[in-house]
Amino acid sequence: MSSWIREKIFLGKTFSEYLAEHKNPMFILAFIILCLSFYSMAYRLIYGLGPATNLSDTYPWGLWISFDILVGIALAAPGLTVATAVYLFGLKDYKKFAKPAVLSSLIGYVFAVFALMFDLGRYYRVFYVIGWSWGLSSVLFLIAWHFFLYIIICFVEWSPAFFKWLGLNRLRDYFSKLGVWATALGVIIAGGHQSALGALFLVASNKMHPLWYSSLLPIFFLGSAIFAGISMVILESTIAHKIFKNLVKDFDDVEFNKRTIGLGKALFVILCAYLILKLLDITHYNNWHYLITPYGYWYMFEILGFVFIPVILLAFAVKENNTKLVRVSALLVVLGVILNRVNVSLIAYNWYIPLSEKYYPTWMEVSLSAGIVTMIILSYRFIVRRMEIL
Amino acid sequence: MDRREFLKRTLISSLTLLMAEKSHATGKETQRGNRANEINWAKYEAEKKTREAVQGESYAVLVDITKCIGCRRCEWACNEWNKNPNKPLSEFEKSASEKPSVFDRIRRTDAETFTIVNRFYKEDVTPIYVKKQCMHCLEPACLSACFVSSFEKTKEGSVLYNPSLCVGCRYCMIACPFDIPAYEYFEPLRPQITKCTMCFDRIIEGKPPACVEICSADALIFGKRSDIIKLAHRKLDENPERYIPHVYGEYETGGTSWLYLSPVPFEKLGFPKLSKKPDTEKTASFLFTVKVLEVVASVPLVYAAYKAISSKGDKEKDE
Repeated sequence: MSSWIREKIFLGKTFSEYLAEHKNPMFILAFIILCLSFYSMAYRLIYGLGPATNLSDTYPWGLWISFDILVGIALAAPGLTVATAVYLFGLKDYKKFAKPAVLSSLIGYVFAVFALMFDLGRYYRVFYVIGWSWGLSSVLFLIAWHFFLYIIICFVEWSPAFFKWLGLNRLRDYFSKLGVWATALGVIIAGGHQSALGALFLVASNKMHPLWYSSLLPIFFLGSAIFAGISMVILESTIAHKIFKNLVKDFDDVEFNKRTIGLGKALFVILCAYLILKLLDITHYNNWHYLITPYGYWYMFEILGFVFIPVILLAFAVKENNTKLVRVSALLVVLGVILNRVNVSLIAYNWYIPLSEKYYPTWMEVSLSAGIVTMIILSYRFIVRRMEIL
Repeated sequence: MDRREFLKRTLISSLTLLMAEKSHATGKETQRGNRANEINWAKYEAEKKTREAVQGESYAVLVDITKCIGCRRCEWACNEWNKNPNKPLSEFEKSASEKPSVFDRIRRTDAETFTIVNRFYKEDVTPIYVKKQCMHCLEPACLSACFVSSFEKTKEGSVLYNPSLCVGCRYCMIACPFDIPAYEYFEPLRPQITKCTMCFDRIIEGKPPACVEICSADALIFGKRSDIIKLAHRKLDENPERYIPHVYGEYETGGTSWLYLSPVPFEKLGFPKLSKKPDTEKTASFLFTVKVLEVVASVPLVYAAYKAISSKGDKEKDE
């Protein structure tokens, strides 16, 4: 048993060797963030949302919903995009990207739901929605069920690597076959709840700034989740190939760069579609006059800075085969999606109230979210170093 | 009480005791443990079993803003009836004349206040007092938003909240166009939403809501909704110079069980401008579309999955 733990968990090192390996500034920083976030979690559980957060009757949803759920789920879309393309539509060239994509979706969803537990007032009742009381008219009901199903789907998609790690080959083969079906189901489920996250705000038309409110909100959320997913694949693969180069079997630099450009092309197309839809939307609602207000400037900052500029950059990058520029664009796109989700849920929501009454997070809210991000990164690293992912 | 229930309660009460200390220090310890919604829900459940259906149609209240004098007795009566934290009646009554006054600030409902009166001003600086409470929509956004179905629109007209199902997601607060549901932020273990019940527990006994009963300025009138709407229009016809020609709540967001008459445009009194179609229709059509798309998309996806598996099988045979 102890040799199994040593082999599988500590990568063949003794515990003290393994620990010593982690004595560097990055891990110390991660450790500090985790300690702070555990403190915040405990504080929230013991004293409640009131003392721990800046949430109020005016702002019932804050950073945890905005960042951990809306941003987190959008950025966890790699499984929706790349894994589907590879497993379902046979784009074999991108096979190397599929497993890490599935893993990042799995970890992203699991930790998003974990973070949600701290935001729910009665977290211990969360399973009511699955089997006890159904609110069929609620968008949130659809989201809850789809989260539940999608996490199972991600587990199935990821499990071949897991069972291989455990050396259970028969289970691995079984789940490999199941994986394709899970992917097919996953497209429907992921598409459904990514758009539903935008549809959450459909019901609050009088509370949202007109520039961000639209009947197309579900489509905007779905579209931006797709380009967020592709961008995350570009960024993750870049980082993973830099840090875990030794883990990648027969790493081919030329091949990798070619695929990155390919992803850049896909990103370009979807960003253009999104931009055109945004233009149609603003024309349809005749919202042009809002653009010359402070909220309008902020809106243009989001659209021009993080959608339009990446489109231009990507056009150049693809034309000149510049992978570095693709990566820069992907980073911009990811930042843009973060900004968009925060804008919809916090800035555009209750936009008419005075600035002094606006919500801003407490340090505990920030530290809990930072802790979640740290846990995601550490879990990703933990699994990638042990299982055949890259 | 079975054993599991007993253990659960013991655990909860001991934890609550443990946590009580801290929240006392914040001074907001009263913003928790509200019972009014729970009591009304229990009455509703009992009512459902014993009586077939309410005779006739639902009730409504007409608020004539021109008549309100800002005595805040409705607030006092509401607190009294619902056992919310309260103060002597005289303290409420003097607010309109004293300086500084609670009226200096625009207030909203909170976890222990189901109704409030706000003060606005006409152009000639005469004050206008506006009572605010749950509008008891005919198509409640809170109800449609709740993912565990813990709201109910009763035949009497009340929109009731059931604390025994609530998960505490607070989506109802996002959804409500009138910013009514409030949340017990200072309750760590068993927080709930709190809101006006239209005094469901009084209505079923044949009594008007507590706020209506105490109003001596004739600003609140309780009755069947169709009668109330007729009355509102009669008032508009008889005194066109007194009101703007609009019965707020007749059609707003699909209609509400609280209706308002005002001397100035409603936007100036903090009422949201709402269309006749409730936003819940948008949600409903979204959910319908998603379901249709999911079913339609499943056909090509299953086909693709089938193809992928069979081609994979071939490849494995080749190897």
